[in-house]
Amino acid sequence: MKNGFFEGKKGIVFTGALVGILAVLLVQAGSPQNMGMCIACFIRDIAGALGLHQAAVVQYVRPEIIGIVLGASLMALGRREFGAKGGSSPLTRFVLGFFVMIGALMFLGCPLRMILRLGGGDLNALFGLAGFVTGIIIGIFFLNRGFNLKRNYKLPKLEGYLFPLLMIGLFVLLIARPAFLYFSTKGPGSLHPAIWISLGAGLLVGLLAQRTRLCMAGGIRDLILFKDTYLLSGFLAIFVFVTFGNLFFDTYKVGLLEQPIAHADGLWNFLGMILVGWGSILLGGCPLRQLVLSGEGNTDAVMAFLGMLVGAAFAHNFALASSAAGPAANGKIAVLIGLVIVALIAYCNTEGLKIAKEGEVKVEAN
Amino acid sequence: MKQIDVRGLSCPQPVILTKKALEESPEGLEVLVDDLTAKTNIERFVKISGYQVESKEEEESFLLKVRR
Repeated sequence: MKNGFFEGKKGIVFTGALVGILAVLLVQAGSPQNMGMCIACFIRDIAGALGLHQAAVVQYVRPEIIGIVLGASLMALGRREFGAKGGSSPLTRFVLGFFVMIGALMFLGCPLRMILRLGGGDLNALFGLAGFVTGIIIGIFFLNRGFNLKRNYKLPKLEGYLFPLLMIGLFVLLIARPAFLYFSTKGPGSLHPAIWISLGAGLLVGLLAQRTRLCMAGGIRDLILFKDTYLLSGFLAIFVFVTFGNLFFDTYKVGLLEQPIAHADGLWNFLGMILVGWGSILLGGCPLRQLVLSGEGNTDAVMAFLGMLVGAAFAHNFALASSAAGPAANGKIAVLIGLVIVALIAYCNTEGLKIAKEGEVKVEAN
Repeated sequence: MKQIDVRGLSCPQPVILTKKALEESPEGLEVLVDDLTAKTNIERFVKISGYQVESKEEEESFLLKVRR
């Protein structure tokens, strides 16, 4: 029965609907508005809690992140899909993750939060969406010309378990609250649901996102590339249910100005999300998907996660991240540098598709 | 029959390679794949494109036979 349900689009629409509903409920339970779940923001908060940056308002060990990784691990283990692999241009993936974070903190949200913002009536997210789609289209241009980061390889078992184990360790730290961790007492970092609610929601999302491969970037990519609407239907379901949820709780507010944890600089919202869209396509998935893959034993995705973590630390140490007041001058420079570096990565890894000739294996991706 | 090897490649490259290969040999082909996500995605893509697909499990990988 479960298989049938998840074979077609029902499963992913259900998953999208659940993510949307959970995102709204998490806000009711204490998360910042339009931020029930945001992979970029929450990784940034974790970087803060670990003292990797000193922005006092965004420091908290977000159990949602831990839950998503562990949920994905459980589902992958249960379905015998867990496997340690990696080695597909790890440092390149780290750098891509880094700049995806720089772009996301310019816009103030990962692609998932972009949908949540749209569903809350924040029209600034339309500029973000336009940028995201543009970035994806640029990425597809390179994919069609043979962009790839080479093959991955099977790795020792422990390599795959390390990241989920690290997440368990992080959760233990959260419960133990040693003095060396930083927890915001004001600002977005201080707004959060009870630990178990956050963890439970994260676990649910991780379980289902692993099963359905839910991915924001993949949805638009597959539509353009293969006329396949499978992943996109999850994306749309999130939007529809978040919109209804916000209307239900009377938290829907249409407009550009004074939106929660957002700024109204259209150009930089656009450019920031180009960087996120383009980087995500080159990585093979949005930040949420990278988390899920990390939970499945894919250490290439872990490299992207580490890139995002360090990117978040840089963003707040060097005043790159935007605030409600608008983009930061340093952030604009960082986004432009990011676009140049991502362009270089795209160009240097695009080799022209070499496919097999007559009856022979000739894919040279090694 | 023409065969392509997409083992170790991450999505969407396996699907792109399958698509390009099918453009060159529209009668069908075999795809060697080791990633379950890639396998599912290739199967979905070739079905949308009007092909039938049969999968055979081999050592730590799958051989997909794609036919009209």
